[in-house]
Amino acid sequence: MFKTVIGLEIHAQLSTPTKAFCSCPADTFGDTENTAICPVCTGQPGTIPVLGEETVRLSVMSALALNCQVSEISCFDRKNYFYPDLPKGYQITQYFRPLARNGFIEVRVGNGRKSHIRINRIHIEEDAGKTIHEGASSISASGKQGGTLVDLNRCGIPLVEIVTEPDITSSREARLAMESIRDILRYIGVCTGDMEKGALRCDANISVINTRNGQSSNRVEVKNINSFRFVEKALDYEYKRITQAMKDGKEVVKETRTWDLASKTTITMRKKEEESDYRYFPEPDLPPLRITGSYLEEVKKMLPELPDEKIDRFMRDYALPEHDAVVLVSDKELSGFFEETVKVTQRPKEVSNWLTGDLLRILKERDMTVGQSELVPDHIVDLLRLLDSRTISISVAKEIFSECVRLGKMPSNIVEEKGLQQVDDEEEIESAIRQAMKDNPKAVDQYRAGKKAVLSYFIGAVMRRTKGRADPAVAGSVARRLLEDD
Amino acid sequence: MDKSVLKKSLEELTRSELPLESFYRERISRFNGEINAFTEVREANTDCHEGPLKGIPFAAKDNIHSRGFRTSCGSRMLKKYYSPYSATVIDRLGRAGACLIGKTNMDEFAMGSSTENSCYGASRNPWDTRRISGGSSGGSAAAVSAGLIPFALGSDTGGSIRQPAALCGIVGFKPSYGLVSRYGLTAFASSLDQIGPLSRSVKDALDVMRVIAGRDPKDATTVGAERELFDHNLEPDLSGKKLAVPKEVLEYEGLDGRVYGSFMDMIERIRQEGGIVDEVSVPSIKHVVAVYYLIAPAEASSNLARYEGTRYGFSELSSSYLRSVGITRDMGLGEEVKRRILLGTFTLSSAYYDAYYSKALKVRRILDSELSALFGDYDFLVNPTCPVIAPKVGEITDPLVFYLMDIYTIAANLSGLPSISIPAQPADNMPVGFQITGPRMKDMDVLSTGAAVEAISPFLKDGIAPIPERWDE
Repeated sequence: MFKTVIGLEIHAQLSTPTKAFCSCPADTFGDTENTAICPVCTGQPGTIPVLGEETVRLSVMSALALNCQVSEISCFDRKNYFYPDLPKGYQITQYFRPLARNGFIEVRVGNGRKSHIRINRIHIEEDAGKTIHEGASSISASGKQGGTLVDLNRCGIPLVEIVTEPDITSSREARLAMESIRDILRYIGVCTGDMEKGALRCDANISVINTRNGQSSNRVEVKNINSFRFVEKALDYEYKRITQAMKDGKEVVKETRTWDLASKTTITMRKKEEESDYRYFPEPDLPPLRITGSYLEEVKKMLPELPDEKIDRFMRDYALPEHDAVVLVSDKELSGFFEETVKVTQRPKEVSNWLTGDLLRILKERDMTVGQSELVPDHIVDLLRLLDSRTISISVAKEIFSECVRLGKMPSNIVEEKGLQQVDDEEEIESAIRQAMKDNPKAVDQYRAGKKAVLSYFIGAVMRRTKGRADPAVAGSVARRLLEDD
Repeated sequence: MDKSVLKKSLEELTRSELPLESFYRERISRFNGEINAFTEVREANTDCHEGPLKGIPFAAKDNIHSRGFRTSCGSRMLKKYYSPYSATVIDRLGRAGACLIGKTNMDEFAMGSSTENSCYGASRNPWDTRRISGGSSGGSAAAVSAGLIPFALGSDTGGSIRQPAALCGIVGFKPSYGLVSRYGLTAFASSLDQIGPLSRSVKDALDVMRVIAGRDPKDATTVGAERELFDHNLEPDLSGKKLAVPKEVLEYEGLDGRVYGSFMDMIERIRQEGGIVDEVSVPSIKHVVAVYYLIAPAEASSNLARYEGTRYGFSELSSSYLRSVGITRDMGLGEEVKRRILLGTFTLSSAYYDAYYSKALKVRRILDSELSALFGDYDFLVNPTCPVIAPKVGEITDPLVFYLMDIYTIAANLSGLPSISIPAQPADNMPVGFQITGPRMKDMDVLSTGAAVEAISPFLKDGIAPIPERWDE
């Protein structure tokens, strides 16, 4: 038996208006290279970093949302290494005294169970620039082939690094923990959570224990995991690689590996002895960061309801199953939409069905969010009323719903325009069934011989003839009467 | 009695048809060839602002940035670097009406005590051009001493304003850490660096401080609401003032007898004015050089990492990034700078951090507490600024001998204290400096007492440091 031990290091870009230590804009994704830069973030001689207030506020919010103890005094340090995208030759981080410690998250792993994942520390640091290695076929700005280019737009964007304890016991749980942290950061508005754009990045540490003999493998770090799916895949791969080595009696090397997109495997990045000495020391340009009790209180007041509490509340107040609550809450906008709608209709489960079912499917097809769609709560209220009064059938309702999302028309207007009122005229239904009985006497015989399932054939025939406007229940009872009477 | 070159200059400005700037430019072009104080002289920005220093030209050490000027830091690495922005002190002086006309020579990246480590060669001491001007702000000191400029800015990390001021016979003031913005000062050791004025009188230093001091949003280590600190008049009065002389200072075997004589002469004069001078003990003073040469190189090794040829400055390409960095730095940086980078890299390495850097921080804290205890009983700490008179150019080759020359100036940097060097009785016709150090933020008291010492100094003429005859035309 093998037991997996996983810890995560998550870097989240903060959605501040400016970079951490200068006044350049922080939202530079898609900008022309080297346009969001200044003397400070390009490391010109004589410049000095100054910590922005928003960086502090959003970091403290993150720490509070992740249930951490915020240090009254935290300090900045320099991590020294040479790399072309690191203009100062060091990264400003918090090494010796981080912003916050001892937090936790509750990760829902299914069936109402939660895993308690402890958070060791959260600290503030600055992002580096981007190094772009060009292929041999391209020509760089210097006119040389296959050059390396540097874009410093990203340089200095504030990050929080969130380090969990090694409390995670499976790749799936790692992914869920990652998603849960993403959801929390999004909820409090400190990070877009967009892994594809690099706003959220994940490194994972994994080791495996053989529970039979208590032997533990060396720890392996996997870097550059840039999607939730790959968190799970990379760790699955590592688990298999490590357990195989242990079974074969081979040593698992302590090293840093990277997730390779092309081969869908992890490959060695550097061995332990190749790790550089970062020569951390206190950053003399930045005074210690002091967080007072009153500031903490102020920031606490800015915190919205967090996803975990909200899921609990949805299950309790709206009597929703956990799955519904989780799906609704995972999207803040969607959960808000849900609550607005329920306020009017007071029928949470039905609203949830529409939102978590049809709506999410349509949104996914069209790659948009609730806010971007034309749907408003009144549409659902109207739709439910039309269903209640049996003005429309369920299949017509689904058709109308899709139009609401796309075009924003009121359901009752659509019904009017297209004449989609449900056929509750029994005569019309009766004539449709009689026609069907005439068309298919064999089916009539089968039914009468006891094959009751054939009934659905007649209901279907009615729906076809009425273009879905008939109430299937009415069609069923009329069909039964005619088939049994005659 | 008028004790201010700046005030005199201002008066001349209003009287004379000839702009003051032309007067100094003419002197620079006549004498700089012999003194080698300037690295660059340029047309000033045309529009001089209205302000307390309107029309007064000044020079800045070549590690202080001014947009459009070259800022070489005395290094081959930055010999072609033109600043894309201006330092806060330059902006403030500009708004006060002063005009920057040149940059002055210095030891490479301010590492040195003689300007011999400059890629432009050594600046000469105006009192004897065979001798060094001191350093690292040697160009600023030489320029002011020879009357090539009314005042100049320097930077002081371990004595780099006060020591050259002492060796060239002028006033050099290092303010409390945090009073003057370091934004735009090329960093050497950020926790020690401080910009300050070099001038020919204490009053001039005060006039400059009034303009450059104050909190700067671009430098988080500046302290707030301290600008008013200098909105007072000098009160030069020694009677009842309590001055402490650490016995460790007098017992130092490297102290030149002539400098000791000059120092004791000033002590006697102070006593005659009613000052109380006691010998005290500050045991950790013996360790300041060791502490300084652990902390300063450590910070420098990190501060100078940016000079690797990717974005600006000297660059030598090779087969890989790290190889290019190695060759660029090897060729672009001088011996002393490389020595200190290596020293700092070593002491910060994880295996030695606790043994060296961490221990040095502890001794720095002990020094702090010993000095604050001292300032409980005494108003000021006094000592010779530098243990020797200016050596001849090329005379000293052992870096350790240079390091030990900082022994009296370093403590003020390690503890962030205000400290001033005032010219005292010369020795063998060479200037000697008398240093006064006060408690943190008591800069105004240090200046006032400096003015009192200046008033009784046999060196000064009419309260102003004299220009050596050779240049006094």
